[in-house]
Amino acid sequence: MTSLLGYVTGPDGLNILSGLINTIILWLVGSAFGAVIGFLIAVARRYGPRPLDLLLLGYVEVIRGTPFLVQAYLLYFGGPYLCAGFGETSVCLTLDPFAAGLLGLSIYGSAYYSELFRTGFDAIPRGHIEAATTVGLDRLQTLRRIILPEMTMLVLPSMVNMTILMLKETAVLSIISVKELKFQVDIIGNRDYAFVESFTILALVYWALVEICGALGRAAEARLSRYRFAHS
Amino acid sequence: MSLAPAIRARGVVKRFGQTEVLTGIDLDAPRGEVTCLLGPSGSGKSTLLRCIALLEEATDGLIEIDGEPLGFALGPNGERMRLPAASIRQVRSKIGMVFQQFNLWPHMTALGNVSEALVTVRGMSRKDAEAKAMAELDKVGLAKRAGHYPSELSGGQQQRVAIARALALEPKIMLFDEPTSSLDPELTGEVLNVMRSLAGTGMTMLVVTHEIGFAASVGSKIVFLDHGKILVEGTPDTVFGKPRHPRIDQFLDTYLDRGAAGLL
Repeated sequence: MTSLLGYVTGPDGLNILSGLINTIILWLVGSAFGAVIGFLIAVARRYGPRPLDLLLLGYVEVIRGTPFLVQAYLLYFGGPYLCAGFGETSVCLTLDPFAAGLLGLSIYGSAYYSELFRTGFDAIPRGHIEAATTVGLDRLQTLRRIILPEMTMLVLPSMVNMTILMLKETAVLSIISVKELKFQVDIIGNRDYAFVESFTILALVYWALVEICGALGRAAEARLSRYRFAHS
Repeated sequence: MSLAPAIRARGVVKRFGQTEVLTGIDLDAPRGEVTCLLGPSGSGKSTLLRCIALLEEATDGLIEIDGEPLGFALGPNGERMRLPAASIRQVRSKIGMVFQQFNLWPHMTALGNVSEALVTVRGMSRKDAEAKAMAELDKVGLAKRAGHYPSELSGGQQQRVAIARALALEPKIMLFDEPTSSLDPELTGEVLNVMRSLAGTGMTMLVVTHEIGFAASVGSKIVFLDHGKILVEGTPDTVFGKPRHPRIDQFLDTYLDRGAAGLL
């Protein structure tokens, strides 16, 4: 039986490292896509026509209402049956595991991030936007110069929280054979029947990443704290 | 030829659902003078000011700023029609607005708040805008606080920055919506002093306020609203002097009860 350290430094180390790299890529890129799509959803729901708002509300409800595990399965195994015809050719949503995983994470994250941004929009005092209107800023300028920065500081703590959750959701992707950290650790566990060792490694790595993310979040909050809302 | 009044409102009606907040207001604010809107809470004075700032759209009626129609104008068949966005922007640029809650942007310094629209809207270079913003902050006595964020300023200082922010755009008319209602008496004094010296420069001002003393001493015209219509208007002497409208008597009594007799 190999020790905890033995797996990391031994021949499995490289597999664990490649799994870790994949996990970090899925996490960061999935979170970034999720946040950007989520922001666009929040903007579209706020400024777009009512039917679009309802359509996106449905999207958010479905994604939030079902487990990520189920979404990943349906996207990877059901995607190839989702086809769109363009004249002679038809294109289906057939994705390799990594691409399906990244897309799934982005979709999953976008629903939650959009809700964060929506509440962020609502929390900005109306007067701050009226002040922008009276000095002549147009809608886009107000969004870019006033709403976005104010919302960033309002939603930052919840964003950090959600991004931490996104990291841990990447573990689910092992079931559609994405070669991320959990996938690699499963191999060791199954081969040597060393689940305690391998899953301890898994837990420690996730925890370390979460701590790094949390520390970055706290540093950002400290930097933004002087922007806190002023009181009379 | 006499110039049109700085603000001319005719038949302004504002309804929120079934509630009629303004029931047909005719108001003239003369150029270069301070017009004060007084009245009890819910009388519609803030709503009228917000209609003139086009933060609310009047349900009916027409408003002219400096002789130009604001937001709506009469069409060829006498119907009220909405003006294009470019016209709204152009007329709006003549107006500066100061709010009860200051509404400084918390992520920008005092200098950033004042220079923002100069860069974003007027297209000035950052350097020129900041020089101009600095001069405006100096006028309200806050040049030394230019680098401070709103959360690092007192309420009175925040409101003075807000006044500088509006003045930086060189408006022809300044609107004040209860500018001192969130301030304690000491801070109220510093804001009123800035407003008093602004009035001294000949700025046209329309001020919604509960500061009767300020209205009586600085205002050249008092407009008293009650239940969405103008009850009395005139110079401070005619409005506050005797004989007084009984409703004004009643209104003033609440101030005298609070020991403000000396102000009048």
